[in-house]
Amino acid sequence: MSLTKVERTIITSMWGKVSTQADSIGTEALERLFTSYPQTKTYFPHFDLHPGSAQLRAHGSKVVAAVGDAVKSIDNISGALSKLSELHAYILRVDPVNFKLLSHCLLVTLDTRFPADFTAEAHAAWDKFLSVVSSVLTEKYR
Amino acid sequence: MVLSDNDKTNVKATWSKVGDHASDYVAEALERMFFSFPTTKTYFPHFDLGHGSGQVKAHGKKVGEALTQAVGHLDDLPSALSALSDLHAHKLRVDPVNFKLLSHCLLVTLSSHQPTEFTPEVHASLDKFLSNVSTVLTSKYR
Repeated sequence: MSLTKVERTIITSMWGKVSTQADSIGTEALERLFTSYPQTKTYFPHFDLHPGSAQLRAHGSKVVAAVGDAVKSIDNISGALSKLSELHAYILRVDPVNFKLLSHCLLVTLDTRFPADFTAEAHAAWDKFLSVVSSVLTEKYR
Repeated sequence: MVLSDNDKTNVKATWSKVGDHASDYVAEALERMFFSFPTTKTYFPHFDLGHGSGQVKAHGKKVGEALTQAVGHLDDLPSALSALSDLHAHKLRVDPVNFKLLSHCLLVTLSSHQPTEFTPEVHASLDKFLSNVSTVLTSKYR
């Protein structure tokens, strides 16, 4: 599955706006994830997961920064996320199911903050993009 | 997810042992799939799905031949399966979930006919292979 030109344009042009709220978007997406899908909390036994926790905010930042890296290298997401791919494969080993859950929460967060931009087309483009990111992050698992 | 040299060896060895039984094994896998996962029957309203059905046998042959093609082109699945990929994307539109179900049933069938050869390593190689085939067949959906 690869992103069409139109899809890449949608993502890269929205990223300008998204990046101004990057940290809080990441944090909100994680809060949504842990609230709707409590099983995902098992990956963070070492975190304080209460809303507003400093660890949650730091982690949210990290995640969205990585998404930003993928956006900036949208023509070569595999290369841009190669280290993260190894991290997920050899150390984190997050079950692939959870990528869909986090992607869903990121989409919901983007939609609530940028309702006018989040048209059906933009929704599909972001979903595909996050799908590609998820594939890259799980491709070295075995 | 890339097939290692070991994976390729395992897949080829298994498939060569399958030999002429490919159609039968796939027909059996289909039967298992319709039985364990009745939702998959919805894609075949035009078929007689009873035990020993000629239509299921014929379909097993079709799918078996495609898999044999795939085994012969492990280094280039996307082009080998390009026409089938188009077919699934534009006409069949089988929900991606179902590829996992059929793959599972294929693995069960193979393991029951080749119990000694179906070691954990061979199992993993075949699962990776079928996963790659499924990804190619759903890669043009959107």
